[in-house]
Amino acid sequence: MSEPILTLNNLYTDIAQYHILQGVDLQVPRGQVTMLLGRNGVGKTTTLKTIMGQWTAKSGVILYNGQDMTQMPVSARARAGVGFVPEDMGIFRDLTVEENMILGCTSGPLDPKRKDWLLGAFPALGTFWHSEAGNLSGGQKQMLSIARAMAEERQLYLIDEPTKGLAPAIVSTMAQALRELKAQGASILLVEQNFSVAKALGDTAAVMDDGRVIWNGDMAELATNSDLQERLMGLSMEAH
Amino acid sequence: MTAAPDHKPTFAALSLSERLDKALPVLLVPLLVVLGFLAIGTPSSWMTLTVSGLAMGMMIFIMASGLTLVFGLMDVINFGHGAFVSVGAFVGVSVLIALGDWTGTASLLLNMSAVFLAVVAAMMVTGIMGWGFERIIVKPVYGAHLKQILVTVGGLIVVEQLIHVVWGPDEIYITRPETLKGAITFAGAAMEKYRLLAVAIGLVLFIAMRMVLRRTKIGLIVRAGVENGPMVEALGYRLRMVFIGVFVAGSALAGLGGVMWGLYQEVITAGMGEKMMVLVFIVAIIGGLGSVEGAFIGALLVGLMQNYVAFLEPKLALVSNIALMTAILMWRPQGMLPVVKAK
Amino acid sequence: MIVNLLSGDKPRSAVLTALLVLIMICLAGAPFIFDGVRPLDTAARICIFILLVASYDLLLGYGGIVSFAHTMFFGLGAYGVALASTHMGRGFDALLVGSLSGALAAIVLALLIGLFSLRVRAIFFAMITLAVASAVAVLVSQFSGLTGGEDGLTYKIPRVLTSANRMGEFLGTRISGKILNYYLVFTCALILFLLLLRIVNSPFGRVLQAIRENDFRAEAIGYRVVWYRTMATCLSAATAALAGSLFAIWLRYVGPDTTLSFEIMLDILLMVVIGGMGTMYGAVIGATLFILAQTYLQNLMGGASEATAGLPLIPDLLDPDRWLMWLGILFILSVYFFPTGIVGRLREGRSA
Repeated sequence: MSEPILTLNNLYTDIAQYHILQGVDLQVPRGQVTMLLGRNGVGKTTTLKTIMGQWTAKSGVILYNGQDMTQMPVSARARAGVGFVPEDMGIFRDLTVEENMILGCTSGPLDPKRKDWLLGAFPALGTFWHSEAGNLSGGQKQMLSIARAMAEERQLYLIDEPTKGLAPAIVSTMAQALRELKAQGASILLVEQNFSVAKALGDTAAVMDDGRVIWNGDMAELATNSDLQERLMGLSMEAH
Repeated sequence: MTAAPDHKPTFAALSLSERLDKALPVLLVPLLVVLGFLAIGTPSSWMTLTVSGLAMGMMIFIMASGLTLVFGLMDVINFGHGAFVSVGAFVGVSVLIALGDWTGTASLLLNMSAVFLAVVAAMMVTGIMGWGFERIIVKPVYGAHLKQILVTVGGLIVVEQLIHVVWGPDEIYITRPETLKGAITFAGAAMEKYRLLAVAIGLVLFIAMRMVLRRTKIGLIVRAGVENGPMVEALGYRLRMVFIGVFVAGSALAGLGGVMWGLYQEVITAGMGEKMMVLVFIVAIIGGLGSVEGAFIGALLVGLMQNYVAFLEPKLALVSNIALMTAILMWRPQGMLPVVKAK
Repeated sequence: MIVNLLSGDKPRSAVLTALLVLIMICLAGAPFIFDGVRPLDTAARICIFILLVASYDLLLGYGGIVSFAHTMFFGLGAYGVALASTHMGRGFDALLVGSLSGALAAIVLALLIGLFSLRVRAIFFAMITLAVASAVAVLVSQFSGLTGGEDGLTYKIPRVLTSANRMGEFLGTRISGKILNYYLVFTCALILFLLLLRIVNSPFGRVLQAIRENDFRAEAIGYRVVWYRTMATCLSAATAALAGSLFAIWLRYVGPDTTLSFEIMLDILLMVVIGGMGTMYGAVIGATLFILAQTYLQNLMGGASEATAGLPLIPDLLDPDRWLMWLGILFILSVYFFPTGIVGRLREGRSA
């Protein structure tokens, strides 16, 4: 088993005077999809943002590909191969879909083959290619956000609740794209409330509570053990 | 791979009132021109004033464009912007005086070359000055609006005084190059050649800025940065470099505006930039902070308003622009074409 | 008892207390301590500007609101007295009517500006005040029939306050109405300053500071932020207008240059920042320092400039007309390195 692509050691993050992360330990295995689970407010989004650098960790270490990334500026982390799909999607409403996608490629123009693949995965983007991104529906914006992160090949994707509020048909489109991403060798750290998506996609799972990772293991193990689910997350997720 | 379900995308066609609402800011300019005609009466006076108004508007736009972009992108308010206008004017005028032979002859080529060199010199000096200003004065106070206002006002004072140190305490008079003197008459209206040139330069600059913002990648980054800076960084772009670039460009543009304004007035003083700042701020506010198009429309409105009212009732000229600003803010409190920032 | 007079706002620093006492003594005894017309004029200016800057500190230091309209209110008070004296003839009633109407006009204008722009962001507010103040300055210059235009207005004040009123001698100094005038200015400025101290140390003042720190929180707790800010703007404006009235009474001349110019606005900013924002005493230190520099530093610089006449650039930098540049540099350094101003620095030093 190769080295994990990302290791978080005892990460503490404060937002204003609130202690959000209180010693997060996490390993994201290379080439796999890791689910970050937990109830609302436990610190999942903050963890992703700390990894990306938008929040600065008060203490602790972030190791990416063996490199200490804890003090690196945000844009350097992105250039090192980390892609980020935030909870609020972060698409540029005044820009067209095409312009959003162009911005997704820092090291050159949009590779035509990659573009074709993405448009195949998310046809709606092709239809609205020259329209302002602000005119897209919620689900289409979500797709754009992910597609933009995938516009360039990256090694690690940090994705925050991509399926929130989406119709089931779009959810399956999303899941399929993520599967193909993994097939290309990328590693994914995914925050997901939708447990069936989590079960279908995840290889490993980490459950957070109170700013800490309280369980870390194979998805298969968590998926089949409803007592464990209830203990960790307060309720059985099967109903979702 | 399974084909994604075909979501038939529907675009609700914008109703007439919605489309009108979007186009209204642009329509205000011809509207004001028409109102001006009705108020002034004589076509020849109206034409002269309209050209003056557009020329003045263009110059204010050049000065305001840098300010509004810097604010939209960096959330930095530079009350010292006027200093760049003044410095640009002094540098440009100094070059013109040094090239007195070229400006004195009736050769369009030599005249334009002199003006060109003056402009280049002014923009280079103010650009470099902008870089220094950003590093030393602005960078330490990112995010703290109160301190920004104070510190940039301080910078304004110091730079103005330095102009006195270098160029002396008096104003400097400058005559326009030979071929740019005088006016063309058209349908009974006299239109100064220089003002026509100013309108042309302003238009070219506006189109160039629009093209850079819309067609180049760096323009894309700036527009995206105005909307959501953190996301642009998360995509891998060094936003700080972009900031510095925009600040330098904005300062250089202010310098250009200064040279042009100096030639318009035919006299320059250390405090001229400071005096223009009121109109520049009004333009930035009514245009919507962060919007180049908004600043363009706003500047034309302000320029026209100033010239029309100065003709009709000279004492009310500045007040009329305040009234314009109040009216627009009551209609659209964020300005005509505000940039909607992501949280 | 003195502590009560100061509304409990003690200087909290031995050096500061000493400075304040020194300034107080010099100002209170100016006619007797200093000889000649100039020092008395300087002292009167210091009194007036202490009040003006303190009123600005209420807005900027305690309220956190940047406004460029302050000189406009100053001008309203000054022109109020000037116009009243011109049209009602010399007399105390003219002074009173002028001062009150100036203050009233300031409050009304402050209300209008406040309610309109306090709903917008701080940046907008600052720019709008700049625009409005400029417009008023231009209007005053242009309606010369009413306001005397660029030349301003000269008018007569009650005879008892002028030097024509000879009242004998006291402590070796000839007493004339001018001395009475001075003490009128001094006393009014002192009373109003103490009033400002009372305001900022009251519950109102504390809420204002809370709003300055975090307006969202204040609103959430239940304070109507807009009301408090508008109130602060009006109080600040009224006091500035009264300072203007005192200025008009002392100078017997008002003009757009001496009361409405942007230069004066910049001067106020310098004084309040260098002195120390949010302290009130900063206004005392800042105004004193500034006016002394304006009056006497220039002589110093003049001498230095002549002494270095042979060198390049240095004489120009030391030219007495460039004193504002050095103050500007001091101002920038203050904002960075001692944002709490001289008063803040003195207070910190004490606890070390």
